[in-house]
Amino acid sequence: MAVSAELSLLRQSLADEFCQFINPAFVIADAETQRPYECDGLAIYTAMPLLVVLPETVEQVQRVMRICHRRNVPVIARGAGTGLSAGAMPREDAVVLSLARFQSILGIDPVARSARLQPGVRNLAISEAAAEYGLYYAPDPSSQIACTIGGNVAENSGGVHCLKYGLTVHNLLRVELVTVEGELLSLGSEGLDTAGIDLMALVTGSEGLLGIVTEVTVKLLPLPIAARLIMAAFDDVKTAGDAVGAVISEGIIPAGLEMMDSHAIVAAEAFVNAGYPIDAQALLLCEVDGSAEEVTEQSARVERLFNALGASVVRVSQSEDERALLWKGRKSAFPAVGRLSPDYYCMDGTIPRGQLSYVLTEMERMSDEYGLRVANVFHAGDGNLHPLILFDASIPGEIDKTEEFGGRILELCVEVGGCITGEHGVGVEKLRQMNVQFTAEEIEQFHRVKAAFDPPGTLNPGKGVPVLKNCQEYRAIDAAALAT
Amino acid sequence: MSDQSQYLLEQVHDARSSGNTLNIVGGGSKRFLGREQSADATVELADHAGIVSYEPVELVLTARSGTRLRDIESTLAAHGQALAFEPPHFSEHATLGGTLSCNQSGPARPWNGSVRDAVLGIRLINGFGEHLRFGGQVMKNVAGYDLSRAQAGAFGTLGVITEISLKVLPRPEASLTLAQEQDATGAIQAMNEYARCSQALTGACWVGGFLYLRLAGANSAVTAAARACGGDVLDDESFWYSIKEQQHPFFAGEQNVWRFSIKPDAQHWREDGEWLIDWGGAQRWLRGEYNFATLESEAMVAQGQVGLFRGKQRKGETFATPSPGVKLLHQRLKKAFDPQGVFNPGRLYSWM
Repeated sequence: MAVSAELSLLRQSLADEFCQFINPAFVIADAETQRPYECDGLAIYTAMPLLVVLPETVEQVQRVMRICHRRNVPVIARGAGTGLSAGAMPREDAVVLSLARFQSILGIDPVARSARLQPGVRNLAISEAAAEYGLYYAPDPSSQIACTIGGNVAENSGGVHCLKYGLTVHNLLRVELVTVEGELLSLGSEGLDTAGIDLMALVTGSEGLLGIVTEVTVKLLPLPIAARLIMAAFDDVKTAGDAVGAVISEGIIPAGLEMMDSHAIVAAEAFVNAGYPIDAQALLLCEVDGSAEEVTEQSARVERLFNALGASVVRVSQSEDERALLWKGRKSAFPAVGRLSPDYYCMDGTIPRGQLSYVLTEMERMSDEYGLRVANVFHAGDGNLHPLILFDASIPGEIDKTEEFGGRILELCVEVGGCITGEHGVGVEKLRQMNVQFTAEEIEQFHRVKAAFDPPGTLNPGKGVPVLKNCQEYRAIDAAALAT
Repeated sequence: MSDQSQYLLEQVHDARSSGNTLNIVGGGSKRFLGREQSADATVELADHAGIVSYEPVELVLTARSGTRLRDIESTLAAHGQALAFEPPHFSEHATLGGTLSCNQSGPARPWNGSVRDAVLGIRLINGFGEHLRFGGQVMKNVAGYDLSRAQAGAFGTLGVITEISLKVLPRPEASLTLAQEQDATGAIQAMNEYARCSQALTGACWVGGFLYLRLAGANSAVTAAARACGGDVLDDESFWYSIKEQQHPFFAGEQNVWRFSIKPDAQHWREDGEWLIDWGGAQRWLRGEYNFATLESEAMVAQGQVGLFRGKQRKGETFATPSPGVKLLHQRLKKAFDPQGVFNPGRLYSWM
């Protein structure tokens, strides 16, 4: 029987089984309704799923997992689909398990400062709900309006405030996880640590390869009483990079410290009119927060420092509106750059900050080599670089050229002591670069860890950790065994 | 103070081929933690020491696992920086590797994060005798599974950690401690309330009828916060040092020391017990002879765990009983790193 016929039989029988306990409206088998699920936020990678299922209780998730486990069907978990590495890309033989219907905030504990959440709760909705208690959830990825906490756990998402407040992994108390076998596990606790191997850390950022997150308890922090943004423009990137180091050397840990290069400044200014100086080569946005006294003192110090380093323009936000406007330019940088070109490709490497000017110079050289423009947005405080490569998908061969360019940027990050992904994850996109960052033995260790959680290997298979290389190794071993 | 990794690898290879088990020892300062264990041989890490790289402006330090905490802390202090998680030393020999393996952090932990939170990357020799590198030396790295932070609390059962990269932070400009007379119930309430409002809190501990609050940060912020809290100003260094190093009179004597890691606002119980409450209510120490199972059921009510921290009888389990699913994952992960069971057999749990 042809593969497609086999799959369509499987689709039908699985759908029949799921419909026995899930509302049939949420078991999606037809291609038209499945179409929105064909990709995540990285739309150049697409595939159609076998089936999409949207359970609404943990017990339903467990039953789906048990059935898929029994029938050896791969399962791909999906949150809001805002991921940028094709981590939620479907495959034709796999069930896409959407957590979109798990949208309840199960409880906010204002005394213990925590929130118990279903995985489909949007990141921003947590802080909105906590605001009445004077609390908020610190990690704030750019997609925070849409992305969900379950997806944040899967990717260990960051944001513009993570130098001071940490990543998702630093802000979790407890995670409930359904295993590949359909068992429900609780990792972490309402306390600050648990005995034994730190399984919650291991699961955070595991891209849906180790289990399905069905509940998350996060820490909430007191809302800063005051915050102020200092914007500074510089005539060259190196001085701006030095200015970042100078702030840190002052003993100040800013709440956010962002840098944009000239392409990004021009695009963002045209998009939101934030008042960015468009002739600058680099723009720094430095936010300090805390008590009113602390913010007044630190913002004055940062302002003096930027002036002393020769900034061409320094502006300190005088109101909440002005602070929001200055941030808006940065937060809209991706769509703003998107207007410069039919398509853009967002990369996500991390580098030691001291390597910034070398990396940017190299990138400029490669940009000439490939004939593709690149704009840079940089979480300067924590070394996370987001180069945006501008391209036109309608020009034959340009996607391939863009991907090759992107791959070389990531390899450059590894070369200077950084890594291939700071917050977007490996997904499908960066599988090839995993071999640049890790040795074959390290990748084998990752596979053994996966097998500990997922012995049949049916959770989001083919993502996160490359398998091709071991396939080749296994083939070599098999060939050697046959020869003897 | 040199790179001994080749020698360490040889020892692991020898153990593998001879079927021996290995006890991993740094400075031996935390020997009292976990179960009593016997292994065929010992891997000493004290000579595998030295800071490999330190860039103050990058806020990152990389050191060999046998590097003494005091050497790291004095190097950092010379640049106005510190290990924000305030690791206890328990002896002058305490090493960075031991601190991570045993997941030890001090009074600032609820506000500044733990050693696990500060870790950025490690090198590790696994039970296959392979020297591996995970994570990195940058603040953010989500390539591959987080096998660096997973080591926190594993007590060396997954391999020999040989190198650790950490995030470090500037020392606060100012710091001040206040003492207020309180009973335990009132103190727990107050700790949680201060933690909800104050940006400057970096310590909240109750012992002997007094609540101690530490405020740190910019000078102006500390002064303002102190005004808001109230209480008598105290010489802070020595008090917090005595709590961190367990040299406070509360910890004196031979009685068992039980450690609860629970919800910070969990109601105070066993009012006649001998308690010290730290971490803003999330870590509570209890002295005395108790039945482990009884304490475990109490910890469950408090939505956390309990373990025997210091005790004479360490042949049985000393750490919280994991759920069956979590136990299975521990067993499978042990096999994934160390299938022959070479490293620290029985130190964490009798069955691992």
